[in-house]
Amino acid sequence: MSVKASPLLEVTALNVHFGGTSLIPAFAGPTLRAVNGVSLTVMPGETLGLVGESGSGKSTLGRAILRIGDLTSGEILFDGTDMARATVGDLARLRRQTAMIFQDPYGALNPRMRVGEAIAEVLRVHRKVPRDKIGARVAELLNLVGLDEGYARSRPVDLSGGQCQRVGIARALAVEPKLIVADECVAALDVSIQGQIINLLMDLRERIGMAIIFIAHDLAIVRRLCDRVAVMYLGRIVEIGPTEQVFTDPSHPYTASLLRAIPDIDPDKGLPANPLTGEPPSPLALPCGCAFHPRCPKALPQCSTGEPPSLEGVGPHRAACILPPGEITI
Amino acid sequence: MTAILRTGTGRTGFRLSFGGGPLPLYLGGAIILGWFVLALLAPVVAPYDPIYQDVAARLQPPSLAHWFGTDNFGRDILSRVIWSARIDLQIALFGVVFPFIIGTVLGSCAGYFGGWIDTILMRIIDVVLAFPFLVLMMAIIVILKPGLSSFYVAMALVGWVSYARLVRAQILVIKSSDFVVAATSLGYSHSRIMFRHLLPNAILGSVVFSMSDAVLVLLNGAAISYLGLGVQPPTAEWGIMIAEGQSFITSAWWITTFPGIAIVTLAMGFSLLADGLGEKLGVRE
Repeated sequence: MSVKASPLLEVTALNVHFGGTSLIPAFAGPTLRAVNGVSLTVMPGETLGLVGESGSGKSTLGRAILRIGDLTSGEILFDGTDMARATVGDLARLRRQTAMIFQDPYGALNPRMRVGEAIAEVLRVHRKVPRDKIGARVAELLNLVGLDEGYARSRPVDLSGGQCQRVGIARALAVEPKLIVADECVAALDVSIQGQIINLLMDLRERIGMAIIFIAHDLAIVRRLCDRVAVMYLGRIVEIGPTEQVFTDPSHPYTASLLRAIPDIDPDKGLPANPLTGEPPSPLALPCGCAFHPRCPKALPQCSTGEPPSLEGVGPHRAACILPPGEITI
Repeated sequence: MTAILRTGTGRTGFRLSFGGGPLPLYLGGAIILGWFVLALLAPVVAPYDPIYQDVAARLQPPSLAHWFGTDNFGRDILSRVIWSARIDLQIALFGVVFPFIIGTVLGSCAGYFGGWIDTILMRIIDVVLAFPFLVLMMAIIVILKPGLSSFYVAMALVGWVSYARLVRAQILVIKSSDFVVAATSLGYSHSRIMFRHLLPNAILGSVVFSMSDAVLVLLNGAAISYLGLGVQPPTAEWGIMIAEGQSFITSAWWITTFPGIAIVTLAMGFSLLADGLGEKLGVRE
């Protein structure tokens, strides 16, 4: 993949905290640190996978980047503009150039609106095409996501989950976005439909060249679709790098355990040995030191004290662990 | 989505079902339509002038000449019941429409924008609800001037709170759903999100509620007229007719019974329509 010099998206030290503020300081509850000092970049046309357990802050991060959710501090440079401190005009530009695909294909569509109308609305609001060409463009978009233009007259209730997800993608594409955030967009679909949607996204990426932040917990799909992958644990990125490197040579014990936990389809191989035990600690009370140390099989005494380790490494593949990359294999 | 819309329809606690079909809808619609046609054709179908006093034919029981009998002024009950439909349908309509509009607008603003708008509005609603409904209505009507238009004003001032609470609750639920988040992420304006995405999904419960509310408004209108604060005599209205006939209830049962039956049938029509509508809209989702 050819990569241009300047990144499309550059997130620096992004924090998203919930609660913990009150007019009277003594009444302030605990702070939920959903996203904790996350920095990442996305190049134009690149697909970045964001993986991690539920509650690791992947969705919160995705929503904060699109400015749908709140953020506490940090910088979100989109095409050179800091969207964390966006003016109304900046925000309008962000909305015109980004889109989101949701997990629940039905929930993402207005049940009272016909599919064609939902897509036409985007074209009309953003004045993408002249009024008399809207119908043709809607048909074109539906064809692009593999739906017959006759579906324009259907309501979401009449469609299957996979069809609804295609409509959701068509609506996102109507914006002609530079960046799409896909939040668990295949998790609610049947496995066979998942494959279709992933193939569709790969095909569209080739044709349109938008960047995708692909939030998922299914590692096999991420490996197939993404150029790079970022592994999140309790609001922090613990490892980031080119997908193949991360998958074949993980540099963080958490990534290693995640990869070993992928069940094999071959019944002779049995289930993965010594899987990751326990639950992640509560983001309301993060442990000192590395947040992963209570569950880490390789934890050293110094892991439980001080600041959490920062992302280190040579080249694009970096991990937040004090152990050298060769020693994390369990 | 299904669950949300269904809660709006299950409000009566019981459900009439006739083989699962939308029979209540048609039955209720037919009853209301029947009364509407009767009201419209009152000058044609009513056998007598509703306020003409035939002193010679006072307190006559139902007969071939007077099917529903006559009252203590010799007025034909059947004609008065038919003419009353004009007033009472009007009461049901205006007594619902104004609260519906005011409540929906204020409730959706409170639910969508939240913050201080929501806080202030909810406190106002608390204040209105703190007063007994009928007493507050009577107070407003007495301050204005007894009559039908004062009744509508009072109804609008008091009745909007139920709609506002209903719509606000629905908006709060729908606001966090993905399609509204999607609309925000696509850069739609507040008014577009409100009118195109939130309200069409939030208003269903209110529409169904407005039908059963029509029953309450109708009974309220009758009660207010009964108390002498609504429609003024000699105009024919079911509430007034019952009020006037009550002193003869032991000797001339027909004076109060027939307008009473009229109220019950129209109220049942609205009730059935509400149930059928709720069921139909619930099923369609």
